[in-house]
Amino acid sequence: MSTSRLAGTPRLQNVTLKKPFESIVAQHGATVLRVCRAVVGPADADDAWSETFLAALKAYPQLPADANVEAWLVTIAHRKAIDITRAAARRAIPVADVPEEPREGGRDLDLAATLATLPRRQREAVAYHYLAGLPYAEVAAVTGGSTDAARRAAADGIARLRKTYEPDGERS
Amino acid sequence: MNTNDHADVLRDLPAVTEADLAALHARLAERAAADGVLDVAYRTLDTPVGALLLAATEAGLVRVAFPIEGQDEVLQVLAAQISPRVLQAPGRLDAAAHEIDEYFAGRRRSFDLPLDFSLSSGFRREVLAHLPGIGYGTTASYATVAATVGSPRAFRAVGTACATNPLPVVVPCHRVIKSDGDLGRYRGGPDAKRFLLDLEAAA
Repeated sequence: MSTSRLAGTPRLQNVTLKKPFESIVAQHGATVLRVCRAVVGPADADDAWSETFLAALKAYPQLPADANVEAWLVTIAHRKAIDITRAAARRAIPVADVPEEPREGGRDLDLAATLATLPRRQREAVAYHYLAGLPYAEVAAVTGGSTDAARRAAADGIARLRKTYEPDGERS
Repeated sequence: MNTNDHADVLRDLPAVTEADLAALHARLAERAAADGVLDVAYRTLDTPVGALLLAATEAGLVRVAFPIEGQDEVLQVLAAQISPRVLQAPGRLDAAAHEIDEYFAGRRRSFDLPLDFSLSSGFRREVLAHLPGIGYGTTASYATVAATVGSPRAFRAVGTACATNPLPVVVPCHRVIKSDGDLGRYRGGPDAKRFLLDLEAAA
């Protein structure tokens, strides 16, 4: 098929053709970085992002054209986060410390540090549901366990964050 | 469903900035090239005929596209015809960008770049291979080119080969015009073709 004929059939392209990987990075790069920061912590997030997108690029030609790209990327990020956490544990570098008292002007960093102290399942559920927007059933498919367990983990994680940062906020 | 109703607290997480993403993107492009999975690298280059899209495989420059072709459409075709592993990665296009800059400055008359002709095949590819033989600042007719490739009656097919040249500017299809002096079809439009011919005539 010639280039000109292909270019002349835009509707066919939209239905059947896979997007250039560049547009996957443009569309999902920021969300995946937020997820990586939440799950592995700010210090290792760049490495997790890089490993995720390099692995995604390698596997991309085999991904079905109609696949849920966001869920696919979160699945890869989840595996890479586990690898990075294990490597960090082998290097015996402590997980991010929570400051004893909130620092002036450091509210966002404090929140990131507090997030890092949540149990792993809660961090993952919060990141994959609230930051990546996956339904709980898909969160469960990524992390293992039941949909209800994923929902509870996300709720518990958010409750703990709100308790720390919004003590006067509405409790649900 | 608005999941954010229960997660307002997450708004206080540090923002993801353009600079964060640009640095990560550059690192991804480098690692992809090192691992041999940067199948198509591209960048844009400002020129007097508009911002050209330049794309290269590991084998060489594979596509030069004019703005009127639509960058998204061109990248989509590259993804479909070569590989969906397409990334903006200017490093691989440094030499091509430099030579094209020199050409538009009137300081270069021929290109010395590895070219990947995988977007054209058969007779069209054969025609394109002959085009660099048309000297800088000169023109040839579609009929003459047809005769040169040994198919004197195939001047219409020569016209199609030129009009669908995946490497315009670098492979000089702009130097092929109609016998009566009419410019004929060009991927970048008639104004771009006229500009290139005038540029070469003036240099």
